[in-house]
Amino acid sequence: MSIAEADRPEGKEFKQIGKRIKRPDGVDKVTGRARYGADLNLSGMLHGATLRSPHAHAKLISIDTSKAEALTGVKAVVTRDDFVEQPDEMAAAGELPVNYMHVVRNVMAREKVLYDGHPVAAVAATSMTIARKALKLIEVEYEVLPHVIEPDEAMKEDAPILDETLFTEGVEPKPTKPSNVSKIVKIKKGDIEAGFAAADVIVERTYHTKPVHQGYIEPQACVASYSEDGSGELWVTTQGPFMYRSFTARLCGMEVSKLKVTPSEMGGGFGGKNNVYGEPVAMVLSRKSNRPVKMVMSRGEVFRATGPTSGGHMTVKLGATKDGRITAGQADLAFQAGAFPGAPIGPATMTAFACYDLENVLATGYDVISNRPKVAAYRAPGAQVIAFAVESAMDELAKKLEIEPIDLRMQNAAKEGTKAAYGPVFGPIGMEETLQAIKDHPNYNVPLGPNQGRGVASGFWFNIGGETSVTMNLNEDGTVALLVGNPDIGGSRASMSMMAAEELGIEAEDVRVSIADTGSLGFNFLSAGSRTTFAVGKTTINAAREVIKEMKARAAKIWDIPEDAVVWENGHARPASTNAGDFEPLSIVEIAKKASTTGGPISGHIQTNVTGAGPSLATEAVDVEVDPETGQVKILRVTVAQDAGKAIHPSYVEGQFQGAAAQGIGWALNEEYIYDENGRLDNPNFLDYRIPVASDLPMIDTVIVEVPNPNHPYGVRGIGETSIVPVMAAVNNAIENAIGIRMSDLPMSPPKVLKAIDEAK
Amino acid sequence: MAKYHITAEINGDEVEYLCEPEQTLLDVLRDELNFTGTKEGCGSGDCGACTVMMNGRHVCSCLVMGAEASGAKIETIEGMADGDNLHTLQEKFIEHAALQCGICTPGILVASKALLERNPDPTETEVRYWLAGNLCRCTGYDKIIRAVMDAASEMRGN
Repeated sequence: MSIAEADRPEGKEFKQIGKRIKRPDGVDKVTGRARYGADLNLSGMLHGATLRSPHAHAKLISIDTSKAEALTGVKAVVTRDDFVEQPDEMAAAGELPVNYMHVVRNVMAREKVLYDGHPVAAVAATSMTIARKALKLIEVEYEVLPHVIEPDEAMKEDAPILDETLFTEGVEPKPTKPSNVSKIVKIKKGDIEAGFAAADVIVERTYHTKPVHQGYIEPQACVASYSEDGSGELWVTTQGPFMYRSFTARLCGMEVSKLKVTPSEMGGGFGGKNNVYGEPVAMVLSRKSNRPVKMVMSRGEVFRATGPTSGGHMTVKLGATKDGRITAGQADLAFQAGAFPGAPIGPATMTAFACYDLENVLATGYDVISNRPKVAAYRAPGAQVIAFAVESAMDELAKKLEIEPIDLRMQNAAKEGTKAAYGPVFGPIGMEETLQAIKDHPNYNVPLGPNQGRGVASGFWFNIGGETSVTMNLNEDGTVALLVGNPDIGGSRASMSMMAAEELGIEAEDVRVSIADTGSLGFNFLSAGSRTTFAVGKTTINAAREVIKEMKARAAKIWDIPEDAVVWENGHARPASTNAGDFEPLSIVEIAKKASTTGGPISGHIQTNVTGAGPSLATEAVDVEVDPETGQVKILRVTVAQDAGKAIHPSYVEGQFQGAAAQGIGWALNEEYIYDENGRLDNPNFLDYRIPVASDLPMIDTVIVEVPNPNHPYGVRGIGETSIVPVMAAVNNAIENAIGIRMSDLPMSPPKVLKAIDEAK
Repeated sequence: MAKYHITAEINGDEVEYLCEPEQTLLDVLRDELNFTGTKEGCGSGDCGACTVMMNGRHVCSCLVMGAEASGAKIETIEGMADGDNLHTLQEKFIEHAALQCGICTPGILVASKALLERNPDPTETEVRYWLAGNLCRCTGYDKIIRAVMDAASEMRGN
């Protein structure tokens, strides 16, 4: 597909976009010089540590910190008494909004502890050894309550109630009994009954998935420093320094202007670093001790108290005519929210059937709290969970109809002009193109051996824009300093420098991108929702255009001709025509050098709420081999085709596809939260919570599909999330193809697959 | 409490430090000596982010006590480049986009260098199994494996 968009009417070729430049932060990251959350040490710095609940559900009767405070080297101890109550007020926090009333209770337990790992107290001491000793001296009296872990159990009439003030939202009349179901949402289109009545074939099945962790390798880490003048600084690994500023300031009772947040390099996030955990605690410890405080989570703390994403209990029903036209799609899904409301049931119900052009849709989502850590966003939150069910159902339907699975999807594919069940009419989207890309890929035609199978599945993610501020400064030597407010997750400094250079007509290495602290730039929403390359990129392009406008004005001044008689080409100002005058072109370097005498520094600043994100679709094929003796599933081939709109830096686009596919394979085959009978997490470490390792995977083949997004000057969509959405279903469909048994419960670990094989004998 | 007085060689320099009995080599490197290029991902030897060379073997420095390093020869990521010249592996990781967030990169580079010193011509499977103790959550390993294979090839003079 050609790259034609309104902003490039002359159809000129890209000079920077699409190249595979060396990332500007590459050398620092291969030499150990790059500084992450735990890598900062300040003068007089203390070490913080957190005491966590060993109970899944208990009343907090009393906390006695006196012995800990008396220990030599302990400089501050904090509990619930150090955090003021927060109102029942929602706040944006990426794809999953949160309630301040719940944030303060998640950061430090108040009336109750609600999960194994819930913070109860924290200390700051002169060494980690002393801090750990101090934790053991804190005496906590609990009244242990019955707990509930699984959402099916939590929804029962007689289930232990976590929050007596919680009444189900979205049902009429308003309930009078508290419930663990915080909310019910529905997405409706057409007439679901009529749709199933028109079907010749119906498939219906119930599916389960387990909570899985984002699994970033860098644990949460920060250094908080509160000054005697009432201001504070926070160095932290985060996807959103501005969001961490608002939450930390709010919880610590500070004015926003008094808190500066500096994002460190971030060692992975995937949605898990959208929310504050220890940061407000570190700040309060610092205020109490008058010393900087470093808080670094252990891996066990990361598993027990951050992330994960929701597990789901889902029933999906599809109806179709004999010739393969889908007449109705219905999904009921109950998601675990963890200890506080906020599972991604909104995105799950909205995306459930978004890949397809369906007349009749009904998706109902239940947000269910239980005694687990509060869920956080994880790469296309909710969409991947429901896609496991819907795309497995699609495969079952294809088999029943005896239609090739890609053909069935193609026949029903959403396209430009399709009205999605969740509201919008799609612009150009790449569903058909990704299906075709997989069908055409050599991997799709490799012959399969015994016990081998091939599965395919598709996925949808919205992508977002959002609040963005960017400043571009022309340096005095003609190089460019670009200041953005979004932490670089997977190479965004490279892509920003390329987009800026493309506009300016210079080389990417002449644009140096810095990630701003919150004192240096206006508000920026999180690096989340696959927004960074799209939204920050679009804003960067517009900032470059501001700089070009100013450089043209300076050239006009030097030449003493009208501004509109100057054009910008290949890094130079030129007279628009010979009529405008006969002047030698002025390079960006020459204009920069003369800036002081032509009006002062030259810069471009754009602040905006970026709209027009283009949904990204993906189709993936997975080949597996199932060992009938052990039930082990080996991944033989993975092929990812996703619509990038336009790939700025193809290597990092491929990297996102590959990384997402690997995470999905872990989710499909191994990863799960396992609780014991007391509601304690049994596997809070990387040995027992097994993410894919290098020897588990083959090379991951990618196809970058480019259906331009008309709302970005170069056609960019977000690409960070969609590729995880189809994976679990594609693996499931491949297993079915291999052994003739359809699994419906993740993870499809060896014992479960073996049991299914044995039962089918 | 009594601290141990330890002398070790780190990246070719003789280094002295005091460490508590509880401190691991990783704690010492990061907190006492400011070699923060070595990362902690798990503290239990499962993720490999803290991989360093100790007396010619690659080890998880979170599983070695600080006091155990007495008299040892330690090499960390900070000692991998030769002045301005990056090691071929470092070059290839950048060229192949074999890192995204970069937190696992120091450990994977140290482990990969150990592999190529032992086996200059590894197969893809050998690279995958050698690096199976080094977790990466961003890349799906594809570009890492390609970078190591390409570095091996170049170091063999191809």
